[in-house]
Amino acid sequence: MSEADATPLISARDISKSFAGVEVLRGVDLDLMKGEIHALLGENGAGKSTFAKILAGVHLPTRGTLALNGQPVEVTNPVVAQKLGITLIHQEPISFPDLSVAENLVLGRSEDGWFSKVPWAEMTREAHRYMDLLGVHIDVTRPMRGLSIADQQMVEIARALASDSRLIIMDEPTAPLTPREVETLFGIARRLRDEGRTIIFISHRLEEVRALCDRVTIFRDGDKIATDTIGNLSDADIIRLMIGRPLKEYMHKHSATIGDVALEVQGLTLPGVFYDIGFSVRHGEIVGLGGLVGAGRTDVARAIFGVAPAESGTVKVNGKAAEIEKPEDAIALGLAFVPEDRAVAGIFRTLPVEQNITAAIPGKIAPAGIIRRAVEKSLAQDAVKKLRIRLASVKQPIGELSGGNQQKAILARWLLADPSILILDEPTRGIDIGVKAEFYDMIGELAAQGRAILLISSEMPELLALCDRILVMAEGRLTAELSRAEANQEKIMSAAVPRSQRVEEAA
Amino acid sequence: MSAADTTRNIAGREAAPPRPLLHVILVRPETMTLALLILAVIVASQLSPFFLDINYILRSFTLSAEFAIVALVFTMVIIAGEIDLSPAANMALSACLFAWAQASGIPMPVAILIGLAAGLAMGALNAFMVIALQLPSIIVTIGTLTLYRGLAQIIAGDKSIRVPDWFIGIDKVLVLGIPVPVVIFVVVSLLLGLILAGTIFGRQIYQIGTNEVAARYAGIRTRRIKLVLFLLMGLVAAVAGMMTASRLGSVRYDLGLGGELQMVLMAMLGGTYIFGGRGTILGTFLAAWLLVVVSTGMTVANLLPAIQLTVLGVLLIVAIIATNFIYSRTQR
Repeated sequence: MSEADATPLISARDISKSFAGVEVLRGVDLDLMKGEIHALLGENGAGKSTFAKILAGVHLPTRGTLALNGQPVEVTNPVVAQKLGITLIHQEPISFPDLSVAENLVLGRSEDGWFSKVPWAEMTREAHRYMDLLGVHIDVTRPMRGLSIADQQMVEIARALASDSRLIIMDEPTAPLTPREVETLFGIARRLRDEGRTIIFISHRLEEVRALCDRVTIFRDGDKIATDTIGNLSDADIIRLMIGRPLKEYMHKHSATIGDVALEVQGLTLPGVFYDIGFSVRHGEIVGLGGLVGAGRTDVARAIFGVAPAESGTVKVNGKAAEIEKPEDAIALGLAFVPEDRAVAGIFRTLPVEQNITAAIPGKIAPAGIIRRAVEKSLAQDAVKKLRIRLASVKQPIGELSGGNQQKAILARWLLADPSILILDEPTRGIDIGVKAEFYDMIGELAAQGRAILLISSEMPELLALCDRILVMAEGRLTAELSRAEANQEKIMSAAVPRSQRVEEAA
Repeated sequence: MSAADTTRNIAGREAAPPRPLLHVILVRPETMTLALLILAVIVASQLSPFFLDINYILRSFTLSAEFAIVALVFTMVIIAGEIDLSPAANMALSACLFAWAQASGIPMPVAILIGLAAGLAMGALNAFMVIALQLPSIIVTIGTLTLYRGLAQIIAGDKSIRVPDWFIGIDKVLVLGIPVPVVIFVVVSLLLGLILAGTIFGRQIYQIGTNEVAARYAGIRTRRIKLVLFLLMGLVAAVAGMMTASRLGSVRYDLGLGGELQMVLMAMLGGTYIFGGRGTILGTFLAAWLLVVVSTGMTVANLLPAIQLTVLGVLLIVAIIATNFIYSRTQR
């Protein structure tokens, strides 16, 4: 921590926030010191992101005050935040993909009039300077489109530097990054701290928090539970504080009788996306598909399910060659697919939960095309009970539920279709630890019922705990197939890292 | 923290509390439309005692009935997340083809079939461009609205094509004292209302309009449903075109000119959400009556046509603001 100045950079007092009558943040007091990296931890919905967004002017607090260097301030919108020297770096940076890196860097700065000339040369020079400062090599004249997410984050950080931000908030910056990119990011974060800037680091990964941060603040259910130096807390302490109860041992390994091959894929290729993918999944078996984000795992699943079919290769379902050109074909063959991006491909946000749950089984709720409300309601309520979906009413718009419960509803939709093959794409992303455990139990149970499960996940502990076999993809190709006995984190990771990078490491 | 507190917190985090029933019933766009309709009738009856005469209102309604019928299907297209601005032009072209066919000696039933087929073909062309070529429906149908109107002008020139006397006057035929176009409107409203609210087809229209990607992932045949909607739109527009021909006694290329605007007005006043996924047949049904009462009321009150247009414009904007406000309040 900085020794020069004991006045906190930011003092938050009694910060509270309600959305539509639901209090998501209650009376939070927090001091952020100059020259510290401060972690915010908590389950999803605990309030940490809301708090960060209040600092960055995205949300206005319903109550409470903020002081910057001891002076009271009102951060009414992101532009004001920027002027005060507060920058929020988004996980997947929002930028203008067709503008150059340099142009993206100076966005939001508009000292010049609308019709003044754009100082291209100066802009490029300045952009170069910031890139050098960060020690990254990005051609600033290139458009943002095509930059890796890591590089896009660097541009955002450079933007924060360009406006001389004193507080840089990173909301789960490492989730989409490779380990090497994480290291670069951490190096830069430490340098910025040593310059006396303050960094807020939001992450779910405890080991990262431990490696990087000076102090942590833990949120739970909208309350600030604790703030302490990281050295004073063990991982078990942190988890206990986050979930407010001791962590149940949730990583059971299920035992199911493994039957015949349910899904068999051979030579599946979609040029530019994935090549020569071949594997099989048996009844009762959970096969993991690991790899980094962007390795093509989701694309393979989408191809099998007929959302974006492959160009060549074969898919066999229960030993019979299957022609799957659209999702209806896949569903008719007994496949189900819980997609990764709930909001885009899963839920009908404004429609009632029951309509969301029954969306894939029109034949069951409406034998002659006319909906039987009673049947629909009882099917939905049974599913709600079975999957312990927490809600006020099945007539409620699904958008009012928390992420974990939305995800359960989508799973319920597919379970009603009684699929024999279930593809789950990052089923526990963005879900609280407690609900995750329920999901693991359910996945194990589904396999035990004789369903074949293909589980796509970026979380290695999840793959290791649940799967009978683990496939790993990198750059659109299968790079490893590991049995449960031989699989471990190192083997998965080394197969997941793109070849270009592995070559570099070998050299 | 007490146990009760903990429970409340968890519930608060998991899901927002449900809205009170009264709130659910009252705070919806159709309620606004109904309130406006009642208000309009009260004001209009102050302006002219005619408005207390149901027959007067029914007769007035026949002037807008064709648009109102098409507006019902239009509502479904918007709920599905698309739009079709070509139906008024479709009415003109299918009516022109029908009138031209019967005027050149083709037997009447065949001429009617030609008109209906033309309407279907126009709907199919829209569907082809929107579904197969994946073009945005707003641009496609602005294009075809111009195209269909242009073709109607080529066929009819600037002459009126007469229809046989027996075909004239559908609006003067009464069933149980109600003009036939109004009867058709009510029947079609009931039918489409039941389909939209009570069948899988209707349910899936809402689902497509709410989230088309999710609908495809759920195995919903989004393309087929949109095809049916565009075809239905074409067919109903052709029927409406011929009803207009019967009411006017002759067909010109400018039949139904500007009708798309009326249909937009009816759907929007009825609380249909322009971005899809929300809206009801009941809303459009009420809005059609509202529009008739307001425009007739203004005519009776001797308001200048220019002012009438301004009033309708203001009404539309108020409706859109109110609808958006209600939806933003009730659904996150």
